[in-house]
Amino acid sequence: MRSVYFDHSGTTPVHPEVAEEIYRYLTKDNFGNPSSIHHYGRQIKVKVAEAREKVARALGADPGEIVFTSGGTESDNMAIHGAAITNKNRGNHIITSAVEHHAVLNTVKALGKEGFDITILPVDQYGMVSVEDVAAAITDRTILITIMHANNEVGTVMPVAEIGKLAQERGIIFHVDAVQSFGKIPVNVDGLGVSLLSVSGHKIYGPKGIGALYIRKGTRWRQTLFHGGSQERLRRAGTENIPGIMGLAKAVELAMKNMDAESSRLRDLRDKIIRELTAIDGVRLTGHPVLRLPNHASFIFKHIEGESLLLSLDMKGIAASTGSACTSGSLEPSHVLLAMGIPPEEAYGSLRITLGKDNTREDVDYFLEVIKPIVERLRNMSALQEEVV
Amino acid sequence: MYTEKVMDHFTNPRNVGEIPDADGVGEVGNPACGDIMKIYIKVKDNIIEDIKFKTFGCGAAIATSSMVTEMAKGKSLEEALELSNKQVAEALDGLPPVKMHCSNLAADALHAAINDYRKKQSGN
Repeated sequence: MRSVYFDHSGTTPVHPEVAEEIYRYLTKDNFGNPSSIHHYGRQIKVKVAEAREKVARALGADPGEIVFTSGGTESDNMAIHGAAITNKNRGNHIITSAVEHHAVLNTVKALGKEGFDITILPVDQYGMVSVEDVAAAITDRTILITIMHANNEVGTVMPVAEIGKLAQERGIIFHVDAVQSFGKIPVNVDGLGVSLLSVSGHKIYGPKGIGALYIRKGTRWRQTLFHGGSQERLRRAGTENIPGIMGLAKAVELAMKNMDAESSRLRDLRDKIIRELTAIDGVRLTGHPVLRLPNHASFIFKHIEGESLLLSLDMKGIAASTGSACTSGSLEPSHVLLAMGIPPEEAYGSLRITLGKDNTREDVDYFLEVIKPIVERLRNMSALQEEVV
Repeated sequence: MYTEKVMDHFTNPRNVGEIPDADGVGEVGNPACGDIMKIYIKVKDNIIEDIKFKTFGCGAAIATSSMVTEMAKGKSLEEALELSNKQVAEALDGLPPVKMHCSNLAADALHAAINDYRKKQSGN
């Protein structure tokens, strides 16, 4: 049976060149600790500096502004918690949106319990935050705005550059979770006007357990979560994850090299999926029709529960995902879809297709061929079916 | 995450459909919770002669619905009322813990159908 991986927003396979690079730094004499004085340490220190340079260049940043972390969740936690605690004598108000990743949303909510004032902005039907809403929410006490670049569940790309401009004018720290966008669309820290920006390795064919946080020079931010040694210039304690860092840098290099060609290739495949699926009765696109990630297609299937759809696709060799609860182990429907005004019974019927480098037109054709009878079968079985128009 | 039996009942559900002239219909769940089960029964001489289901829900919801119809068919109403959600889950070699409450309602739907049948009988 054909095996098709359509869950690249979940994670990606490690690129063979990345795997080689990681192996190199797990073996031979490449095991040194970059903090060591001896030559084992020194030679690794040089390599880490090169890796940092590569990641910085991809973001339009200076190498000194890049800190390696264990991934997107740590970058988000570190950025938000650090900014809030460092600036609590200046204010106590934090602005975020209802559709953020839980790594952001739950960090902000935790700060809310610690006495910070939090504003969770609503989104429109496409999952988009409005710049006017951000502007209206800012007060003299606002110290941090954190808004994602692109949404993981519905692919919508947020107006972060405009929000960044606003934040800069008001002298407010602006954090952007760019975990989903980095490597797929241009992410430039000056263009977006960010103070802090999170990226992750495993979404771009790098390994799991590595990410980075960009910290703009001069940002009032300090490390508030990790206490320990003076690694990463006091910004992230703990011996560096050398194989991860080297793998991340290689993944970033490849992503930058392939981004333009790959984006346009995947956009074509994505648009074919969107065209054909939305032609089925009771299927509609979620997220913005145009301002969305090039590899991302997400849908609501009326009268079908997402997990049933996923299981049925999986039996045909197709790995997709859903914002629906059942897969994530929680039983609540997706907070993103609910925030977009989609009623819970419809939010359960979500499907997310996220394309990647190994997907072909044949994969897409195969998917479009098998999904139609699956939808029909599940609808015929559904207790809600008689309401289908 | 699911047992082979659950996947079997999900893939080849038994007794899917409606009975247009059903003697009793039971419905449990709520679309806002992500699961709705509807069970139709045909009763003759106190025996469940025919039974069908329609379910909107996850894999566990569909498999438990299918299993309960298989277990109830040919049973007396009293025997069918003895069937519990737990027994249905056990007959499927178990369900993931997170599914035990939300999606394991098939016996409740069966009981609701039987109660509906009895109500109709006493009304006549």
